Amino acid sequence: MSTATIDLAHDHDHEHHGPPKGLKRWLFSTNHKDIGSMYLIFALTMLFAGGVSAMAIRLELFLPGLQLLDPDLYNNLVTNHALIMIFGAVMPAAAGLANWMIPLMIGAPDMALPRLNNLSFWILPAAATMLILSFIVPFFPGGGTQINTGWTIYPPLSVQVGMSMDFLIFALHMLGISSVLASINIIVTIFNMRAPDMKLTQMPIFVWTWLVTAFLLILVIPVLAGGVTMLLFDRHFGTSFFNAAGGGDPVLFQHLFWFFGHPEVYILILPSLGVLASVVPTFSRKPLFGYSSLVGAMIAIMIIGMVVWAHHQYTIGMSLGAVSYFMIGTIIISIPVGLMIFNYMATMWRGAMTFETPMLFAVGILLMFSFGGLTGIMLAVVPADMQYHDSMFVVAHFHYVLMPGAIFGLFAGVFYWLPKWTGHMYDEKLAKIFFWVNVISFNVTFFPQHFIGLAGMPRRIVDYHVMFTEFNVLSSIGAMVFGLSHLLFLYIIIKTVRGGKQAENKVWEGAKGLEWELSSPPPFHSWTTPPKLAAS
Amino acid sequence: MAAISKRLGALSVFSLLAGWAGGARAEMALNFPEPAAGVAQEIYDIHMLTSAIATVLLVIILVVVGYSLYFHRKSRGYQADQHFHETWFGQWSWVIVPVLVLGIDLTIADSAQKTLEKVWEVPKNVDLMDVKVIGHQWWWEYEYLDHSVEIDGKPKAVRVESRYLPEDQAGEETAGYLRAVDNPLVLPVGKKVRFLHTSADVLHAFWVPELAVKKDAIPGYVTETWVDLTREGRFSGQCAELCGTWHSRMPIEVEVVSQERFKSWMEEQKQTMLVAAAEASLDKDWTREELMEKGRGNYNTRCASCHQINGEGLPPAFPALTGSAIVMGPLQAHLDIVLNGKPGTAMTPWNTLTDLELASIITYERNAWKNNTGDLVQPRDIKAAR
Amino acid sequence: MSSAAHHGPNDYYIPESSPWPIVAMLAVFFMLSGTALTINEVGIGAWMILAGFSLLVVMFYGWFGQVIKENLSDQYNEQVDRSFRQGMFWFIASEVFFFLSFFGSLYYIRMIALPWLSGEGYLAESQLLYNQFVADWPTAGPEELGGRFKAMGAWGIPALNTLILLLSGATVTWAHWGLKEDDQKKLVWGLAATIGLGLLFVVFQVYEYRHAYHELNLTLESGVYGSTFYMLTGFHGFHVTMGAVMLMAILVRAIKGHFSPHNHFAFEAVAWYWHFVDVVWLGLFVFVYWM
Ligand code: HEA
Ligand code: HEA
Ligand code: HEC
Ligand code: CUA
Ligand SMILES: [Cu+2]
Repeated sequence: MSTATIDLAHDHDHEHHGPPKGLKRWLFSTNHKDIGSMYLIFALTMLFAGGVSAMAIRLELFLPGLQLLDPDLYNNLVTNHALIMIFGAVMPAAAGLANWMIPLMIGAPDMALPRLNNLSFWILPAAATMLILSFIVPFFPGGGTQINTGWTIYPPLSVQVGMSMDFLIFALHMLGISSVLASINIIVTIFNMRAPDMKLTQMPIFVWTWLVTAFLLILVIPVLAGGVTMLLFDRHFGTSFFNAAGGGDPVLFQHLFWFFGHPEVYILILPSLGVLASVVPTFSRKPLFGYSSLVGAMIAIMIIGMVVWAHHQYTIGMSLGAVSYFMIGTIIISIPVGLMIFNYMATMWRGAMTFETPMLFAVGILLMFSFGGLTGIMLAVVPADMQYHDSMFVVAHFHYVLMPGAIFGLFAGVFYWLPKWTGHMYDEKLAKIFFWVNVISFNVTFFPQHFIGLAGMPRRIVDYHVMFTEFNVLSSIGAMVFGLSHLLFLYIIIKTVRGGKQAENKVWEGAKGLEWELSSPPPFHSWTTPPKLAAS
Repeated sequence: MAAISKRLGALSVFSLLAGWAGGARAEMALNFPEPAAGVAQEIYDIHMLTSAIATVLLVIILVVVGYSLYFHRKSRGYQADQHFHETWFGQWSWVIVPVLVLGIDLTIADSAQKTLEKVWEVPKNVDLMDVKVIGHQWWWEYEYLDHSVEIDGKPKAVRVESRYLPEDQAGEETAGYLRAVDNPLVLPVGKKVRFLHTSADVLHAFWVPELAVKKDAIPGYVTETWVDLTREGRFSGQCAELCGTWHSRMPIEVEVVSQERFKSWMEEQKQTMLVAAAEASLDKDWTREELMEKGRGNYNTRCASCHQINGEGLPPAFPALTGSAIVMGPLQAHLDIVLNGKPGTAMTPWNTLTDLELASIITYERNAWKNNTGDLVQPRDIKAAR
Repeated sequence: MSSAAHHGPNDYYIPESSPWPIVAMLAVFFMLSGTALTINEVGIGAWMILAGFSLLVVMFYGWFGQVIKENLSDQYNEQVDRSFRQGMFWFIASEVFFFLSFFGSLYYIRMIALPWLSGEGYLAESQLLYNQFVADWPTAGPEELGGRFKAMGAWGIPALNTLILLLSGATVTWAHWGLKEDDQKKLVWGLAATIGLGLLFVVFQVYEYRHAYHELNLTLESGVYGSTFYMLTGFHGFHVTMGAVMLMAILVRAIKGHFSPHNHFAFEAVAWYWHFVDVVWLGLFVFVYWM
């Protein structure tokens, strides 16, 4: 055992005098704060990458006609826009928040499995490389065709695509591995690493949202992996899972995809709703309203969310019984989601509110996510979805729940905790400008899409009839402003990281929770001895 | 392009605002188009109901949050009520809210279910006209299963091939570029029609907003929808399921006409089919000129969406036929790929074309552009190769 | 132990920074992109797979070696042990759902899709396309892709393999008892027997596949039957192989005397995995071979 002793003597310097130096600190990290930061930086990079695709999409749709992109390239951009945003930006950003905050919030020294944690992160850049390869391979001679299937990669179209589709399939495998490993880690951390006297029912709601999210990930990601594996076999090894001639069914893939895909949308939104549970009480200076009903609602979302997937497939030809079931199940989701929204509204009610940037984003979520959710309920109504399905109305719905739902939640979290992470206050004035530009241009971009959808414009088309011109122009102009506004976000972040007013330990007047008892920024190793909870 | 620039003129901020205020610009639609079928009317109504409910709920949220944002502010000196969650409302809201939401949910679900039952299942024991709708990359094929002509002693359903009109052919009098097609689907008003959807290659979806049907076309399976047509008119729709490169170029036009016009139109179709069949079964040697002439037409409508008018294709997705090894090489391989297609690619079997059509296309491909093989393919060569 | 002074019973062990995760990432990346290239007939793919696989082996050796070293030097406390256990548990849970996606597909195809194709149920009109098709299981679909074939019977090798796996489940438990009683011999022989049975299973399965290909004309291309058959049994066989390799590592460690009655997480993790593979097989036997 002497070898270990030598290592340890050497360890101690690091453990008590801060992080390892140089590249090694990041590549080999086992520190939840460093890994959390890497997750966040990666996510921000991907937000911009996905955003560049979005800008290209909107430029093409600016006017009718084929201006910039040929059709396959357009569809390829749509595909990688969606995948990069969902798997590259939103999920990693939420995982970054989890990494940073869960140990701080539950009084743990680190994640339960720190080396695994590093692996879950580092698989992401590799997966992103693979995803980007799938995009650029067709530009090389012999690279085959572009991926023109959208992120849902439905066969048989995805069987027609060339080599790039295989890269995409493997990218999805790697993204899946990363998410499952991260989820295992989070679950174990939450079950096993809480401060000794913290009961599950005393955990901050953010931790709860991640517990539920991690469960969802473990249950549904493997099904996606199974589905794309079958697709790979159909493409290359002559199987007929999705081929009617051999007795299979293309729709089977859709069931597998959406069995993953629908829970996935709650995976995207729950951590962001969890952030609200920290932000709203702080700036309302009032305890969180309805802790246990929030927990109950989340669990209900998890359970109901797993059994309503086919509302994405109303048009495939399902029996009356099946569509009725999926319709009612989907509509019922409004109960737990509505309860969560209600609890946040009730937390604000009769509070003493101030409107720092995190709170602005929180209010933005309450209003605009609710709107997106309500259009979701409209989509859930089967006969009406015969019209909405695969039209721009759906695109409007999901950007309302994704941007001002998921991403605003992440923005709120970043502004809320940024002073804690960096030890510097961000520039409140700039941040407020960012919020207002962001919110207004977002609505200019996506509100008109409801109308063109209703009027009959399908989604995923590179070229459209002139009757849809006006709103598309408006939408594209909004999108440019919206895109550019994120440069301001980047600037604020960089500025804060590099300096600024020293933040206090308890950054916000009304803030509660263990994370505010540590210094800002917290020491490299925090809670090396478990904290005692204040008697509550 | 002229249309676009005209539109651009309309885009100055002022006229945009005016347009919104005025509201009634026919083309700048904000909502579903006016229904042209009974089922579509039902769907329209349920859509208006759910929109109204959603709007009311949104307004309630806006008002409550707005009130609270304005009055419960620290800057107005408002003191936070630390015991709000301990009031009876705080204690019981977790029951009250779900019950209220459930009530609204059930209201929606209940009326939706009624509509659904009417819309969903094709009525039994009524006089239906069956139309088979087949999606192809990237055109539509309609078969009137109840109307057929006898060709070679076998009944053949009347069929229509429907393709988009290129920009230079879709003029002002048509539905416009990306909405107009060469041959619309013609249906009689007042009739109940059952559509049987399927596909020859990948997924497509048949969608005509005025009829409010949208159903996926799944290769190997047949899905159904039905409509009861209530008014005449030309209605445009589009393919609504991503089907590859030219998904945006799969418009649908439905022309609903009076019963009499439908009858005469149907007669015309039958005549044309008979004439074409008679021509195709002529046992004669066609000249190069005849074949090239026919071949150009057939090639340009059927093959050029992928292999392009100039035969250059769109590599890597669609190979060029000029200088292609298959086209320039032995005839057998050429016949084989055209008749049987290549599984797993967009090149589907073209064996439903007549011998004459195929002979002309193949002759054309082997001699057009720079492909001067000099080969001449006769219908009987095709018959032998089938 | 110098560390004992610093690591009290409540302190958690935070490992030093480690190069292995990055190596693992590179291994996975090379293996997968290599595969993507190979199946598209790009030459260097095979070399990339080889490189990735070598890295993978090195990585497992290094990473687990490190963990074993830390464990043996008593740096882990009960909490760490719990973390490992729970981690393994949830990993297996995710594997369960991976297999469920295949079982679910089998169910969907047999109970929903095939009846439609043969003119029953909601999409009965599909009969229009494939006139005479009758969906008896097993089937290669309306167009009999892959040609006529014979299905794999349940009561030959598969039944034997069921016995083998059940027996191996028993032997691994027996070894566990040995471990708990601190009976080294029982442990080692129990493990050896389990590995032997596992390998025997794999050998039989390889034989079965050859038989299917050469005598039954049952191939991957044989319509949905071939697809589901090989997908389910293939992934299971792969898991058995993995399990056997893991058991071998455990055997080596057992011989070296690494385990004590109270500290043998690695053994238990592998045993759980083995039982999981066992249970999946029972599902396979019932739903793939028997019914
Ligand atoms: C964060 C992501 C997210 C979230 C949270 C949601 C939430 C919901 N979504 Fe959405 N959805 C997507 C992302 C998301 N969705 C995406 C990405 C797609 C498209 C995928 C693709 O095809 O590419 C999609 C598509 C989609 C469809 C398919 C449309 C189609 O293709 O035809 C449907 C249909 O039912 C649907 C429904 C819903 C419903 C009912 C909810 C509910 O969870 C909403 C619940 C919330 C509320 C209802 C608001 C708050 C509640 C109240 C204020 C209480 C009072 C309310 C009532 C009484 C109704 N969504
Ligand atoms: C989290 C998920 C997420 C997010 C954040 C976004 C963000 C955006 N999305 Fe996207 N989107 C999806 C998920 C998402 N989307 C999905 C799932 C689909 C369906 C795909 C499919 O059909 O398969 C889709 C499809 C989709 C379409 C439909 C395409 C089609 O059907 O034809 C459109 C079109 O307007 C669009 C636009 C945008 C825009 C303008 C943004 C903006 O919010 C982007 C904001 C921009 C940035 C963050 C960029 C940062 C700034 C710069 C890069 C510098 C500025 C540069 C310039 C101004 C040039 N998205
Ligand atoms: C929907 C798109 C599409 C249409 C329409 C289409 N093809 Fe093709 N065609 C393809 C694709 C894709 C390939 C390449 C198949 C492969 O991967 O080998 C191809 C290959 C070919 C080839 C072989 C060329 C070579 O060098 O490999 C010939 C010949 C051909 N098509 C003829 C035709 C004819 C004749 C028609 C019309 C009657 C037609 N095609 C219509 C997509 C199409
Ligand atoms: Cu056909 Cu889209
Ligand atoms: Cu959904």
